[in-house]
Amino acid sequence: MKKLINDPKSVVHESVQGFGLAHAGLVTVSEDPIYITRKDAPVAGKVGLVSGGGSGHEPLHAGYVGKGMLDAAVPGAVFTSPTPDQILPATLAANAGAGVVHIVKNYTGDVLNFETAAELAEAEGVNVRTVLVNDDVAVEDSLYTAGRRGVGGTVLVEKIAGAAAERGDGLEAVVAIGERVNANVRTMGVALTACTVPHAGTPSFDLDENEIEIGIGIHGEPGRHRIPMENADGITDRLLEPVLADLKITAGDRVLLFVNGMGGTPLSELYIVYRRAVQVLADAGATVDRSLVGNYITSLEMQGCSISVLRLDDELTALWDAPVHTAALRWGM
Amino acid sequence: MTVVLDVNWTVKWLTLCAQAMAEHRIELIELDRAIGDSDHGENMDRGFQAVLAKLDEATPETPGAALKMTAMTLMSKVGGAAGPLYGTAFLRAATAVGDAAEVEPAAWALALAAARDGIVARGKAEPGDKTMVDAWTPAVDAAREAADGGSPDLLSVLVAAAEAAEAGAVATDPLIARKGRASYLGERSAGHRDPGAVSTALILRAAVGAAA
Repeated sequence: MKKLINDPKSVVHESVQGFGLAHAGLVTVSEDPIYITRKDAPVAGKVGLVSGGGSGHEPLHAGYVGKGMLDAAVPGAVFTSPTPDQILPATLAANAGAGVVHIVKNYTGDVLNFETAAELAEAEGVNVRTVLVNDDVAVEDSLYTAGRRGVGGTVLVEKIAGAAAERGDGLEAVVAIGERVNANVRTMGVALTACTVPHAGTPSFDLDENEIEIGIGIHGEPGRHRIPMENADGITDRLLEPVLADLKITAGDRVLLFVNGMGGTPLSELYIVYRRAVQVLADAGATVDRSLVGNYITSLEMQGCSISVLRLDDELTALWDAPVHTAALRWGM
Repeated sequence: MTVVLDVNWTVKWLTLCAQAMAEHRIELIELDRAIGDSDHGENMDRGFQAVLAKLDEATPETPGAALKMTAMTLMSKVGGAAGPLYGTAFLRAATAVGDAAEVEPAAWALALAAARDGIVARGKAEPGDKTMVDAWTPAVDAAREAADGGSPDLLSVLVAAAEAAEAGAVATDPLIARKGRASYLGERSAGHRDPGAVSTALILRAAVGAAA
């Protein structure tokens, strides 16, 4: 294992320190317990948005703290959900009296830890609501699993719900917008290689040189099935087919197309995937109105990508276009 | 000498739990690598090291106090699903034993049942879902059976629970996971042992060691 680290045990801590130094104008970093808040949090009158999850998905979530998106982010250990003793102070710091929305990816650990923290925050008089993100179509049979995972759609939920909070929507309205995004977005991912968790030291699963893993999540956990390597267009078709079917995309739909890198795939390859995905959507009669291409929710140094499609309406489009200023997303200001 | 479940036993148990997690850290990481996300060994080791540090700061006065301290520490230090689940388990056990200075074998069997019920309530897993519940449930049944005997002694209750948990962990091998991160694998989760069931067996085996 070759990694640019000092000690596997200090990876999260040192990375967050660096993040705080690099973006001192945008965020404040609390080191013990670890959480990141928007520089001007809490923002008077505004609903607070807090998200969090295991580290290793950077720029998620700290990279999305700032105006127009999150008020606080809580990173756990690598691929491990944060704990209530971090989530609670982050929630209190984000609360300006209008309540706080937790944006939680649907994984057993994240759900349990955020649930506990929400109970503790309620006990301190904070109104907490939760938006659960579960956009991963790779998980087919929800009854016999922990349910669909939160993956690429999380970035879109955080941006659009963040814009709703920024324009002054109340607690229930922000939750409703977040849930509407989640209901209209689906994602499917592929891994060309596994990734190596620093403290584990070996790749999180074994994949032969000529094999790819379809339906991966973002924690280095294996996917649904394994097939021989194909070209970019073939893989794109394979990822997009279940996304469009599950979303019931029909002629006339306007969508946001999000091609996300898992950390180890060059942007040039992501654009090859994007190009094909636009063709496939056009064949289905849908128009790509907005786009996002890049490494926005990663799995350490894994090679691979995920494709997310969000069905847009006028309001969601306007909220997507609204100004945002964070370490990883910035436009309109 | 008859073993008594008092605060000294509890502290020794927790110390042995920390030892076991450190010794089996890599094994738990490897089990989790196969069907999860490679973090269980690291998280359990970190959590129980934090429990050891708390025990160094102050010695608890009762078994219940030691269990409650453990619950709060695991909940805040472990993360993942294991943190809230084990945290809830130790908290329910602490509530079950109350502030007694010594816990009778039958009462301990009830505390184990309360711990298991807490895990089921939080994680919503059922027996057969390939989770730590598959180690806890046979352990609770075996402990109750041992405690129901004519003159139950503590050691036989602890041994019964540990052996049943170990067998329960082995029995997760062929199961298809229906809860937790392994559930995403569907049928591909069969043929692997559940890491949470293994850490449960380690904890209950350490309880036997504390009575030796």
